[in-house]
Amino acid sequence: MIARLIARDARRGLIGAAWLPIAFFLLVAALIPFAIGPDARLLARIGPGGLWIAALTAALLPVERLIEPDRAAGVLDQLFLHGAAEESVAAAKIAAHWLTFAPLLLLAAIPASALLAMDAPSLARTELALAIGTPGLAALAVAMAAVTAGLPRAGSLAGLLLLPLAVPLLIFGAADAYLLEAAVSLLLTAGAPFVAAAAIRAGRT
Amino acid sequence: MTDALLRFDGVALVRGGRLLFERLDLAVGPGEALQVAGPNGSGKSSLIRLAAGLLRELRGRVERSPLALADDSSALDGELSLGRALRFWSPEPDEAMDALGVGHLAAVPVRLLSSGQLKRAALARVAASRAPLWLFDEPLNALDADGAARLARLVDRHRSGGGAIVAASHQPLAGDWRRLELGT
Repeated sequence: MIARLIARDARRGLIGAAWLPIAFFLLVAALIPFAIGPDARLLARIGPGGLWIAALTAALLPVERLIEPDRAAGVLDQLFLHGAAEESVAAAKIAAHWLTFAPLLLLAAIPASALLAMDAPSLARTELALAIGTPGLAALAVAMAAVTAGLPRAGSLAGLLLLPLAVPLLIFGAADAYLLEAAVSLLLTAGAPFVAAAAIRAGRT
Repeated sequence: MTDALLRFDGVALVRGGRLLFERLDLAVGPGEALQVAGPNGSGKSSLIRLAAGLLRELRGRVERSPLALADDSSALDGELSLGRALRFWSPEPDEAMDALGVGHLAAVPVRLLSSGQLKRAALARVAASRAPLWLFDEPLNALDADGAARLARLVDRHRSGGGAIVAASHQPLAGDWRRLELGT
């Protein structure tokens, strides 16, 4: 059931608007040179941080479609009745969300790095940090989607909750502190299913 | 009766700060069918969700066998064909689809189905499960006469096979149902 759920969510993510956060990511990256000016050395210095901010804001876009549609359609109830624990459901949703979000993001980081005049070693370091950090980011997005599911203006609320919690990912990711980034990412990935599961259970009416 | 498929022992349920019922005892054994009746807002749907384990009882004890639930949400993905959407929940939905008269819609995307066809699809999802206990919330909603007759036949078949059914409905259901009145 859980493997089927991951496959289903990944399929829905990809036929849906998987390109939308990626387009947004590229757009934010493209805005930075307009805001900062064409000084290549300055751009290259702020490039990795710019990519991280673009990635964080792009991660907010899909939050509303991660949990709420399944809650409203009764899918979460039926998964429970078919014997899937909410924690497993949340973990499956994190996995599926990461699969539809992270590989495309890592790919889009290549043209984005060109926009920011980053050199190849700098891009490689940022790609590695993004690869380590995105599971934590996906986990955080699913947890906040579950916490806000069914609420009015859930998307904005989830953003307000998610961004502060993503600050450690941002700090260690932009500083290329891979071990600390991995620790934070692991902590979020391990903890988020329990937060999301509690929120799903509490949201049942 | 120790082999009940669903048993409530002195159950009380509160929703939104309101006590819907308390000290409710019931037992539904193999081959039995129970209709939960009562006016709107009397707690019929809540009783079904409590029986399913989706709500928690305030007091008392609920024991349940493996079950399947059909309520107002179909839990089927709109972009998939009906056959594929049902196959997410059970590997062999074809017979159940035929029993509810939606077999010819197997290739039609779920989002194009009418509300009556969706109701039949949700009932087919339950019929395709191998659960001994079936829970229905307003199964007649949006069903036409043919759909209601098919549902009655399905209920008979499930009961003669040793299954049990609990249905919340404010309309009379065809066949021989025990009645539980709420809100009186």
